[in-house]
Parts: sequence; structure tokens; C-alpha cells
Amino acid sequence: MSLDKSEVQKIAWLAKLAIDDQDISTYSNELSNILGLVETMNSVDTNGISPIAHPLDLTARLRPDQVTETNHRDQFQKNAPLIDDGCYLVPKVIE
Amino acid sequence: MHLSTLAQLSTALESKQISSEELTRLYLDRCNQFNDSLNCFITINKDIALAQAKSADKQRAAGNALALTGIPIAQKDIFCTKGIKTSCGSKMLDNFIAPYDATVIEKMNLAGMVNIGKTNMDEFAMGSSNETSFYGPVRNPWDKDTVPGGSSGGSASAVAARLSPAATGTDTGGSIRQPASLCGITGLKPTYGRVSRYGMIAFASSLDQGGPMTQTAEDAALMMNVIAGFDERDSTSAEHPVDDYTANLNESIEGLKIGLPKEYFGAGLDSNIAKIVEDGIKELEKLGAVCKEIELPNTQLSIPAYYVVAPAECSSNLSRFDGVRFGYRCEDPKDLSDLYCRSRGEGFGKEVKRRIMIGAYVLSAGYYDAYYLKAQQIRHLIRDDFQNAFKNVDVIAGPTATGTAFKLNEKINDPISMYLSDIYTVSVNLAGLPAISVPAGFSNKLPVGMQLIGNYFEESRLLNIAHRFQQATDHHKAIPGGFE
Amino acid sequence: MEWETVIGLEIHAQLATKSKIFSGAATTYGAEPNTQACAVDLGLPGVLPVINKEVISKAIKFGLAIEAEIPPKSVFARKNYFYPDLPKGYQISQFELPIVSTGHIDIQLEDGSTKRVGVTRAHLEEDAGKSMHEGFGGFTGIDLNRAGTPLLEIVSEPDMRNAKEAVAYMKKIHSLVRYLEICDGNMQEGSFRCDANVSVRPKGQNEFGTRAELKNINSFRFVEQAINIEVERQIDILEDGGKVIQETRLYDPNKNETRSMRSKEEANDYRYFPDPDLLPVEIENSFIEEIRTQLPELPDAKKHRFINEFKLSEYDSTVLTAQKEMSDYFEACVKAADGEAKLSSNWITGELAAALNKENKDIADSPVSAEMLGGMVKRIKDDTISGKIAKQVFEAMWNGEGDSDSIIESKGLKQVTDTGAIEKLVDDVIANSPSQVELYQAAPDDKKGKLIGYFVGQIMKQSQGKANPKQVNELLSKKLKS
Repeated sequence: MSLDKSEVQKIAWLAKLAIDDQDISTYSNELSNILGLVETMNSVDTNGISPIAHPLDLTARLRPDQVTETNHRDQFQKNAPLIDDGCYLVPKVIE
Repeated sequence: MHLSTLAQLSTALESKQISSEELTRLYLDRCNQFNDSLNCFITINKDIALAQAKSADKQRAAGNALALTGIPIAQKDIFCTKGIKTSCGSKMLDNFIAPYDATVIEKMNLAGMVNIGKTNMDEFAMGSSNETSFYGPVRNPWDKDTVPGGSSGGSASAVAARLSPAATGTDTGGSIRQPASLCGITGLKPTYGRVSRYGMIAFASSLDQGGPMTQTAEDAALMMNVIAGFDERDSTSAEHPVDDYTANLNESIEGLKIGLPKEYFGAGLDSNIAKIVEDGIKELEKLGAVCKEIELPNTQLSIPAYYVVAPAECSSNLSRFDGVRFGYRCEDPKDLSDLYCRSRGEGFGKEVKRRIMIGAYVLSAGYYDAYYLKAQQIRHLIRDDFQNAFKNVDVIAGPTATGTAFKLNEKINDPISMYLSDIYTVSVNLAGLPAISVPAGFSNKLPVGMQLIGNYFEESRLLNIAHRFQQATDHHKAIPGGFE
Repeated sequence: MEWETVIGLEIHAQLATKSKIFSGAATTYGAEPNTQACAVDLGLPGVLPVINKEVISKAIKFGLAIEAEIPPKSVFARKNYFYPDLPKGYQISQFELPIVSTGHIDIQLEDGSTKRVGVTRAHLEEDAGKSMHEGFGGFTGIDLNRAGTPLLEIVSEPDMRNAKEAVAYMKKIHSLVRYLEICDGNMQEGSFRCDANVSVRPKGQNEFGTRAELKNINSFRFVEQAINIEVERQIDILEDGGKVIQETRLYDPNKNETRSMRSKEEANDYRYFPDPDLLPVEIENSFIEEIRTQLPELPDAKKHRFINEFKLSEYDSTVLTAQKEMSDYFEACVKAADGEAKLSSNWITGELAAALNKENKDIADSPVSAEMLGGMVKRIKDDTISGKIAKQVFEAMWNGEGDSDSIIESKGLKQVTDTGAIEKLVDDVIANSPSQVELYQAAPDDKKGKLIGYFVGQIMKQSQGKANPKQVNELLSKKLKS
């Protein structure tokens, strides 16, 4: 599978990555090459093999319903680029 | 003193030969002296380190010291450290001061260890050469024109040059073992879930695992005694009982069955490296181990499967870097999309963007089954290969990397060849197994590592074999020129 | 052309837990912005989710209540999209293996018939934060307190055919989650809200039309209005020869219209995949059985019990069991009324409901407790007071003047049952109304009942309502005959 420029733009948009126009063809080549490598997977028949999302077949441990956290807003918001009145700010969203 | 192992430093501190503060100053001085040329630290924590050292000295004076109390350590900049910049090697987090400690850091702090600095790394741990770092490449102390490997390149370089007696690393596809191999140190990637991932900035959640990067297997065991164990804050953390990793170090390996995968010694392996690894294995045979050839038939598929699973997980894990709550935010975004696209476009480097895009693609509508699901099926096959092998052998041995340290810029524009060089390491992550790389010799004056792969939770056994090997050999004692 | 409406609902019920689904932060409503958003809720680098056990139990409880299958393994998946109120850039939700599989519930239609509505699935997910578009100049402010609050998304089959059915379904689910005590059902605070998938098709056609998704409707009234206005819009488009486009729309109750949501316009590719930070949840049978034993009596079972045990009508039973608090009130009232169910039911669905409605109060906040009302019903039953006098007593109780017995005592409302006294009243009225007596005696039997009313009225007036109406009636019929 090779990715043409429009597909690269589509993926970049999906992943919210601004890509310079002049870099698109480089990405198109590189991503196509990587997909080429990835597709060597097709050399093996995996019919009937169950996919595994984790290396070990473990199951979830559940946490008791207890409040363990306290307010650290000021500390957390020291890392925030833009805040006002305790809220994080983004350019106005029109719904 | 700076050539001492953790075990030796522990004894020196215990016998009052040196104080933690003196020791810390000694390493800080070395960091300041050599960091310009090696670039292995992103942050050197002088003040914090000295404060920790003084408090360690008090702790020792009060008779409450543990084995590693007062010993300096370098932390890969992927571990969140409260009040200290935690960049993950990225412009995206260049301004990020972590508001909390990772579990691994918390455990080391509790043990009284001294955090002297945060080590350089490939951006978000994506790379095998440490060249993708926003902070510039790290140099290999054995030859400054070569790379230290990656992604834990800063840690490997720092330990090899003895700027720190030990360091932490993380390993998603070989990121502890490959730089350990290229820098001539010992690196252990524990079983998936053995060391908590809480506070370790995620690259690929089902593959990531933190571990020690040290001069010796004994040191790795000492560090494992501090960092291993169940963590209720990490759902994937294993509730399996934790060993005393130093307890069995000296046990005999008489009768140990070692499997040699024929796929690990075939085409693609540098012949010098093959020879060095074979010599290492012979050394183990002298110690009583018995070798037999085994098959790991799906080894070749581990690279393509890995380059689906890891990017898929990373594309999602890195979505939180959006310029809203922390991290880089672009100037004057004109609207929300612009804020997202430019913050991420400008904040991430090329390799990260490539992987995010591959990840987004393989998960997208219409491609999920052909890529993501297929890769997870192959993952199952690879896991089964190992389990079949472990029916007949105790451990598996082979090379860690296909070659020695390569030149800076040699592969950076050829991602595929960089990816392919991870062939001996990634399948271990896909299967979640523990593996260790130990120095096994030199090829053209550059270090070569030998890899030992164990079954789940058999870190103790790997450390035991590695320790016996290091008792019988001197490769791990070699110091790069100029750093003696 | 005749059109048929097809509606499916996705109801989001916030599960009433102390802490969030994946973190130990509190879920209390109304805190200062971002003071209940911990490191995990904010998606800080390096943090990891851990599943809250109570969330799993509550979801299973719901599953059992709709007779759904609970699969032995449940998996959390990531739904990837960028939005400012979604801190991680993905929502942890469920995709392929939801906690609750196919189930159903029965709703009562207006004509009294019952309709079964399929529930496709119910899955767990984390709520997003809140975007505030006003008060921040050219910016939108983000409060992530709600981020990570557990939600159970209940997805119905497209089984509903008009807005009223959709409302009945939503009310039934609302009643159920409150019965189960898994959700507080507070719609003002957004604890219970719904998205409606609405389409129309020519009557008789099998295929569904193109649907619009109406987002975030948070009242029963708005669901009905939103669906009706959307159906009208779609029919208008189709009758003009146009095509309905599949999109997300927002209902504006002020203008009573739906409009396209620009921000959700782009077709999303959510790239679901199993969350690698979480392991599959294994649901043991023993766990399910333990939860089953904790299930309360559910509305339908309770309704049937009321019909059988209290001999109430189906209608009264339905009304009384719609809300758990109402049914609890009723049973407590009956108990206090020495088992008088019918009268209790009448008073609750009549006078009490009207009074509550007038003052916009919930039954839980009623100034007249179930015990007080039952005490009064008991006095009606034992003839201490008449039904008419009881209205005065009720009003006094409502105004906080005490319980029925003390009110009856202090106001002297006790019914006159002394036969001699009543007889005297009867005789006086008969003596003073010769023309009415004549009229009565001349009337045919089937008219007599109506004419006797005059005498009863006079007697009640004389006695200030306290004469026992039964005795009055008996004596009057006897005396007027002769």
C-alpha cells in the first residue's frame, strides 16, 4: 500500500498534525515505505489465531469506590499555557 | 571512586569511606565536565541532588540506611519527577515541570537514592540512536562520532562514561538493551508489568517497561530490588510475588539449558558480532550450561507487527499533547483546529509524527483488520514461539543488536534500516518477556552485547546467569578512553 | 404520503459513585472549576486509569434489571477524537465487548397497551468535561471536573415510532435506574440525558430513512418537542423532494428548532481499539449472582404485586410504581392506614399529587408524610371523619398544623354518628321542606337517588359536614318513604 499526498493530508488531519506542504511528498514516501515493511506480515496465514492486545493473559483488578484525590488545581495549572478563572482556555468553539 | 559499581559504593558509604554528599558532588562534577561533549543529560539536578544527598547522609547517620541510600542515579527523562522538568526528549514538553513523581522515582526516593539528573533520550522514546531528541544527539563515549543507541541513549552513555553509577531506562522495542549493547553496559528489560508504568510517559502501553541500566548484573539486581513490584495505580502491573534479586546471583548454572534461536544467528548479523556472542555462549558452557539450537520461526514478522502495534498505541497515547493543559502551544492560534494542528505539528519531531501518522492509519476505518488485528494475531504467534521454546530450554541467548554503534547521521534518514536493526529485541516486547543485555566483547573497539531472554518473571535467573558470566569475564569492566 | 417515524435513543446515565470511573477524584456536582480534576482526569503525561469496581456492579445491576445477558468478559476501548473537553484525545469507552448485552424493557402506551422495546447494549464510558462559551472573551473555558465521571450508555433498538413512545421509554429507564439506585436521575445536573436518533420513512417501507442524531436532550418535555420538530423538518425536506443528510443536530428549546452542529460536522473516524492501559474485566458468575441478590423489587414486578395484593387497578398501580419514592410512600401509607389500600391510592394520586405538583415538590419533600396521610385515611375508614372533612384535615396537615388526629380534635371535625342527633337533623329538614318531600315522593325510583341529594346537602350544611353521610342516607330513605 502506498500513500499518496492526499491520503497523507487526510491522516495528518485525523491526527491533528500540521505538515508543511513541501514535506508532504517526503512523508508520502516514508510512510509508504513503512507500510511496505508492515505488509510483509501478509506472508503468514493467521486465520483462526486470536489477536492479543496484551502480552500476558491477565484480567483487570478493580479498585474500591473511594475518593483518594484532593484538589491540586493550582499546581496542575502551573503547566497550563493559558488559564482564566480556574479554566483552561482554547480559541472560542462554535457549536 | 567514580569507577565503582553500586555494590561497591554501597559498601563505601556503609563504611563511611565517603559521604553521599561527597559522592554526589563527584558525579555532578563529572556531569558538568563531560556533558557538553556527550550530551547525555537534559537536566542536571544540582540543588535537588545535593539536598537529597544531605538527607541520605542523615538517614545513614541515624542508622536507617538501605542498600542504595545516598547513591546517585540518573533518571531517563521519560519518568515524571515532581518539580523537575520532564521533557521526554521533546519540544512538546520542554516547559513541562512534572507535578508528581512516577512510581519508579517514588520508590528510589524512598530508598534514599540521589537523582542527579534527567537523561537525554529519543523523542518520546521513539528511535534507536538517540538522534530524534529535541535536545540533540547523545554521543557514545566509546567513539563520539557514533550513536549510543536508543531510546535510552543518554542513560547508556552516562553509565558507560561513569557520569552516573547507574541509570534508569525504558524499553518498548529494545530501548534499554540496544543502547546497553552499544555502550558496553548491562541493561535489563523486566517482564511486562514487573515495574510500574505509572508516571512513565507512555509510548506504547502494552510494550513499555522500565528497568535498570548498570555496570553489572549485580547492580541491576540491587536496582530491581528497589523498583520492581506491584503498583495499584497501574492496572497492567503484575501481582506476581517479587524476588530478592540479589539472593540467587551466585548460584551455579550447571546444567542450565540455553536455547540458541537459529533465526538470531543467520543473515543480517555482523560476523564479528556473531563470533563475539558465540564466544560468550561458550563461556556460559564452561560454567556448566548446555546449549541447543531452537526455532523462533516468526522472528522476521516481529518487526512489521511491532511497527503496527507500537505506532497504533503511540498515536493514541500522544493525543493528549494538544497545547491545552500542559506542554507546547503554538503562537496565536486562529481557531481550535489551528491550535491543535500547529501545536502538535511544531511540538513533535519528524519521527514522532511519522509514527503517529502510521498509527492513525492502521487504526482507521477499513484498515483496522488488515493491520492492527493482523499484527495482534502475529503477536500471538510470536508469544507461542517463545512458549514452545521454553518447554525445552531455560533461557534463550543471542545477540542484542545486529551491529555495533553506528555513525551519527548514518541511519537517521533511513527509518526502515533503523527499524530493521531492532530485530533481536522487539519480539521480546511483543511477548512481554524479560531480557538482559550484557557486555560480551568488542568489535573494532566498539562494545558488543549478548542478550539473554527468560520466561515470564524469571529476572532472577537472568541476573544469576549474567552475574556468573561477569564473574568469569571482564568485558563489563572496560572503561571508554578519557573517562577512566 | 403517509410517513412513519423511527426513533432510537441513546441514554447516558451517570452512575452514582463516590469516585470517578478511572480515578479517585470525587464526582460531586457543582465544585469550583477543575478542583475535582486529578492528574488522571487531566490526562497528565504518565498517568494510568484503574477501574472502579462499583461502576462495574452498577452496570451489571442495570443489565440484570432489563433481563440482559452479561458477557463473561468486558473490554474497554479507546474512542479517538480531539475536543477540548476530552483531555486525553480519546474517550475510554467500550466497543466490541460491552458490559451489558441485549435486553429489553416494556413501556405502557397511552391506550393502555404494553410495548416491548429492545435494548441493544449498555456500555460504560467516561464523561467529558464542560466547555463554557460565555464569559471568557474570545475563548472557550474548559472545566474538567466532570471528566471521568462514570456513564452507562444505554442504546435502544430503533423500536419507537413516535415521540410519545420515546418519552415513555426514557421515563421507564429513568424510573429503573432510580429504583436500582445506580443513578440519581437528576436531569438539570445532566446526570440523565439522551441523544435521539430520528428518521422517517414512507409507511410500509422496510428500510430505515437517513437519520439525524439529536444531541444532549435533558428533559422529557424537550425529547418530545425535539423529536416532533425534527420529524416535521425531515418530512418537509422529503416532501419537497430533498434528502435528509446524516448529521448531528442540537435542539434549541427557546426557538423550538433543531440545528446542525458545526463543531461535530466532520465525519469522525474514531479508530476504536482496546485500551492497552486496561486489562479485560472478567465477570464471574458468582459476582453476577451476588449482585442479583441485591436487586430491589423492580417497577413491573411491584406493579403486579400492587394489583394482586392491594386489588388496585392497573392504572393506579402503574402510577404508583413509576417512581420508587412514590411506591415506597404508598406502602408506608397503607401500613399506617391499617391496610386501606384503595383510599390510600386515591389520596396519593389525587390530593397529594395535585398539591405536590402545584408547589413543584418531589414526593420525598412532601410536608405530609406517608404515616400522616395513612393516619388520616384510617380516620376516614373508621368513620371518624368523612371524605369531605378529610380535605380540610389534609390541608391543615400540608400547612404543618400537626397530624390528622390532633387536627380533628382541635378543630372539632369528628363526625356525628349519634343516631339520635342525626335523626333530629333529618326530621328538621323534612319538616322544613314540604315541597321537596312532595317532589321526591312523586318521582319514579330511578330519579329518587338524585333528588335525595338536596336533603343530604341541607343536613351536611346544618352539621357543618360532620354528620355521617351513610347514616344520613339510610335515615332519609327510610323516613321519606313513609
